[in-house]
Amino acid sequence: MVVLFYIFAALAVLAAISVVAQRRPVHSALSLILVLCALAVVYLLLGAEFIAVIQVIVYAGAIMVLFVFVIMLLNAHEETPSERSRMARWLGPPLLVALLVEIVLAIRKQFPAAGTPAAPAVAAGPAAIGHLLFSDYVLPFEVTSILILVAILGAVVLAKKEF
Amino acid sequence: MVPLSHILAVSAILFVIGAAGFIIRKNIITVFMCIELMLNAVNLAFIGFSRYLGKLDGQLFVFFVIVVAAAEAAVGLAIIMALFRDRNTLNIDDLDSMKL
Repeated sequence: MVVLFYIFAALAVLAAISVVAQRRPVHSALSLILVLCALAVVYLLLGAEFIAVIQVIVYAGAIMVLFVFVIMLLNAHEETPSERSRMARWLGPPLLVALLVEIVLAIRKQFPAAGTPAAPAVAAGPAAIGHLLFSDYVLPFEVTSILILVAILGAVVLAKKEF
Repeated sequence: MVPLSHILAVSAILFVIGAAGFIIRKNIITVFMCIELMLNAVNLAFIGFSRYLGKLDGQLFVFFVIVVAAAEAAVGLAIIMALFRDRNTLNIDDLDSMKL
């Protein structure tokens, strides 16, 4: 089980690099689907069965289909390198490496590899999640339903031919 | 059992890769996908903390993040389509203002 975590974590990282490195948006989208599926397996190994299934159905299914649909609709071809905004290209990577080093140092300081014992596994099935969702988190749940409604209306208005 | 620090390290690596793509890429759809990558990196950290604290609240947060990501993708892709109809390009250097 521990080995599986490292295999799928490495797969997710490699696919993420592929998302950034591919020049064609469709290839990036397919790599992103691979990232999402690898992360779903990682969630499964960490005891989050419900979130793993939601990840595959909603994220890798619905959201990524939307992305691929738009890519094909807009006929997004290979991107052309442009000469503008060179600063991001030269200044970005060193700053990002600095960010990564900083985060890893903070993690090492705060959570030593041997020093954090895991709590006993809790039941994380749909029943337990549902109970929590409709007791402690009922207000955020209702707010998300309004958010979804607004998003649907916004998408319809924006995608119309005339404003 | 996998140490919590390793889960968080994978999360940090994924987040930085997503941020790198956000800076380097020029296609607006690819930039949008890099945002999704960063959201997923944060989700992984939530799941790791949820496992180590023995509480389900982290998983609920991931659930809400996925819902918000779905809404964001719908509205964001609609904006991209409206912009593409107006400017006929997907290069972010040419899309530096949202005014039509």
